[in-house]
Amino acid sequence: MSDSAVTTESQQTTLQKGFIGVSVPRKEDRRLVQGQGLFVDDIRRHGMGYLHFVRSPYAHAKIVSIDVSAALALDGVYGTITGDEVAIQTDPFFEMSVAPGNQIKDYALAVGKVRHMGEPVAAVCAATRELARDAAELIEVEYEPLPVLVDGVEALKDEVVLHDDAGTNVVWSGVFDWGDWEQAKAEADHVVTIKKLHFHRFSSTPLECSGALVEYDKGTIEWTIHCNHQMPGVGAIWMAPALRTGLDKLRFVTGDIGGGFGNKICLHPQFVVLCLMARKLGRPVQWTEWRTDQHTANAHGNERTFLDVEVAVRADGTLTGFNVRAIDDCGAFPRYEPLGCIIWAQVTPGCYEWKNIRVDFTQVCTNKSPVSPNRGYSRMQHLWLTERIIDIVAAELGFDPVEMRKRNYVKEFPYETPNGCVYDSGDYAGCLDIALDLIGYDGVEARREDAKARGKLLGVGIGSTLDSGTNNFGQSQLLNPELQFSGNNEAASAKLDIFGEVVVTLGTVPQGQGHETTAAQVMADIIGCSVDQVNVRRGHDTWFNTHAGFSGTYASQFAVTGLGAVKGAAEMLRDEMVKLAAFVLQAPEEAIELSDGFARIKDGPPEAALPFMALGAIVNANNAFLPPDFNPTLNHRYVYRPYFGVVDTEKKKGQLTLTYATQIHACVVEVDPETGHVEIVDYAAVDDCGTRIHPQIVEGQVHGATAHAIGAAIHENFVYDEDGTLLTPNFYDYHVPHALDVPSLKTGSIESASPVTPLGAKGMGEGGGGGIHCICSAIQDALRPAGRPIVYDSCNPYHRVWEMLRDPESTRANVEVVSR
Amino acid sequence: MTQAPATDLTIAVEVNGELVEMEVPARRLLVHFLRDDLGLTGTHIGCDTGNCGACTVHYDGVSIKSCMMLTAQADGAKITTVEGLAPDGELTPLQRSFSEHHALQCGYCTPGMLMSASALLSHTPHPTEEEVRVALQGNICRCTGYMNIVKAVMSAGGAK
Repeated sequence: MSDSAVTTESQQTTLQKGFIGVSVPRKEDRRLVQGQGLFVDDIRRHGMGYLHFVRSPYAHAKIVSIDVSAALALDGVYGTITGDEVAIQTDPFFEMSVAPGNQIKDYALAVGKVRHMGEPVAAVCAATRELARDAAELIEVEYEPLPVLVDGVEALKDEVVLHDDAGTNVVWSGVFDWGDWEQAKAEADHVVTIKKLHFHRFSSTPLECSGALVEYDKGTIEWTIHCNHQMPGVGAIWMAPALRTGLDKLRFVTGDIGGGFGNKICLHPQFVVLCLMARKLGRPVQWTEWRTDQHTANAHGNERTFLDVEVAVRADGTLTGFNVRAIDDCGAFPRYEPLGCIIWAQVTPGCYEWKNIRVDFTQVCTNKSPVSPNRGYSRMQHLWLTERIIDIVAAELGFDPVEMRKRNYVKEFPYETPNGCVYDSGDYAGCLDIALDLIGYDGVEARREDAKARGKLLGVGIGSTLDSGTNNFGQSQLLNPELQFSGNNEAASAKLDIFGEVVVTLGTVPQGQGHETTAAQVMADIIGCSVDQVNVRRGHDTWFNTHAGFSGTYASQFAVTGLGAVKGAAEMLRDEMVKLAAFVLQAPEEAIELSDGFARIKDGPPEAALPFMALGAIVNANNAFLPPDFNPTLNHRYVYRPYFGVVDTEKKKGQLTLTYATQIHACVVEVDPETGHVEIVDYAAVDDCGTRIHPQIVEGQVHGATAHAIGAAIHENFVYDEDGTLLTPNFYDYHVPHALDVPSLKTGSIESASPVTPLGAKGMGEGGGGGIHCICSAIQDALRPAGRPIVYDSCNPYHRVWEMLRDPESTRANVEVVSR
Repeated sequence: MTQAPATDLTIAVEVNGELVEMEVPARRLLVHFLRDDLGLTGTHIGCDTGNCGACTVHYDGVSIKSCMMLTAQADGAKITTVEGLAPDGELTPLQRSFSEHHALQCGYCTPGMLMSASALLSHTPHPTEEEVRVALQGNICRCTGYMNIVKAVMSAGGAK
């Protein structure tokens, strides 16, 4: 058995057409439609206590004093923890940036001061949820308010500084310079300048909030963390040093998870408090985040402002380069950051053949919720920029936006970007044609006239986007060469048990993506049985020992890493089953075939067949007759490791990710010029994620990512006032799309198989924000007759559209064209 | 400052066909009674504001959000939760349709969706797409974009 292996193209096995590619019934569904899923809040333990956090009402303040005595006096209150105890019992979490950003001290509870509204300052544990909440209200915290910083660009002035240890709000800063921007600019026929574009703050807000039930074993000094963390391997890397313990002392167990979208990656601060409380009280401690707390203080998406965008364009519409200053606002603590300062570079030129790109990137802290990876993490913001550039340049220079895209799309694959990434396969123009066909693009001018007659402004938009997947963690070294992270890995185990049970365990942490089903499809095809015969264990458990350092479900990678690992483990099991059957049936290995749950001699007599049960029983329970030099286990663990090579830290180049799924969106909107209300009247999303293992699941992911994008483009916005108070702290004010908000979606697909992945598949769950790009594009197109305003923000609720209609000139002042 | 609960009440409520008599704190929400006191964890909680619908159950045959009602208000009522849809494990046509149409991904909103949709189908057996979308507008799903949920409900209702 190999512990780790590199799967290259030459080693790929050609799979017989079987379950792969077929939308078989999902294995997860039966329990979930009966309310029999096991989500973290469903777990109960004898004597457990419920934990509630006391949170700051201020965005920035010194903590003068905390008095927990009244809470402790309440019957049924088990105990409290404050920042002072945390500072003594734990170390600050590991920071990934370089100095001085790495001097930031991030503890599990606020120590000395609070830096955002909702930051936990104390925790209380009690016999019931209600009591814990009552007790939290009895904890008296005295604050001394400080000046508040809510604007990322303002943060650069360092007039208000959040982290005194760092002495600056800048977390990370660097210039990326690929090709020769200055020359491209000098040789351009047109240079288009856009002063400011703003990508707003929102998040996917999974319907199940975060949570955990933590048990502490005093005898073995180990914690078991039943939770919905979606990246436990990395969670443990943060938690163990902070708790001054080893990774082996933290057992993560997940069951069903009610959505994640990246928002369940940065849970280590809360989980450390739970660990401390469970140890302090000697009892299981449970915490389920409240919705308002999820919105206020957990996982916002990165907010990014693009300043002084310059675009070099040739007379024929060829784009040769761009130059931009990007200010990324990560909120009060970096946590997963500054990785967002490099992740965008996976898609540096977007879908286009830009050769000369210069990006001056700075990330800052402000008194807002910390960010966390959010579906489309960091690439979405950058792809929105590239799509805004296309539409603004096309509109200002009079190019057709479809033709401009097709002229500049990457066409030949594999394609190396200016920063050394390799786009593996695709057909962008093909996807666009399908999308345009689906929205009836040919008839759109007639529809524009029809809408006009009804007093409406009709617009068409396109969003071309990439869903880069299977991260190379080596990209972190482009931010900080000292970081000891690179590559990627994922594990799976496959075994055949005594009565013929086929069992697969995964290192991944599914949150609705149907891993049990797709893993079973791959397993069934390889070892020759039905999907129903394969039992894929629910969730992740450190004690399966089926995980690797980067285990988790994030960064659009399961179809590559997770299923790559399943394929590897299944092939190891298959090979051994064949060997065993050959020995028992006294036939050569080449003569053995596995199908329908039997090992048979091909074209042999019907009785020359062993059911899987026989193979399992021989190895596990009846093995005396096996010779000493033949020792099958029928239990295999495989680690899939994609090959990237090392990155060039000097030139900031390298293969930052493995695969590039494409999504091209197109839509038609109608704007009411009286109110600014935007209605989506036609919508299409075309996906190319290589070989599809389960087309129905792929389509479901496309639908879901599109709905997120529609929400973000029109409704969802974390709005802060000047005091740092979040004005949209729950679903009452933060409007996520409901059934009447999402139009009927049309979908199409192309399968450009990836040449670099085990199954030709690519990760694809994130969608790259295609819907945001395409709706911004459509609104700008619709508003053309009303003074040609420029869509400058990624969120365009009716009032912003109304403002653009009323004052197009102020948006147009944002853009300048110099032609020669 | 909040005071500890002063009053407990004894209630009698029929849940999924079984009569339950229990003393409960007066302030306990129906959803917490179902989940924490009866262990019916199929009914979920997704928000604090009555917006998400994950906690939807039937109250005397009408769909309600069980986070917006006190347990005491259910005294004398018949409550059906998702566990009561297919008590013998034989899935209903609606549950089967959800699976066939891939109307669920993470499954967290699913119980609430099923309860809202089954209430709709009980009085409108062949709903239009608009009627389905209106009936489900109080239920948030963050995974599916509603497309396949709407299809599943229409299919279960035999709609064209």
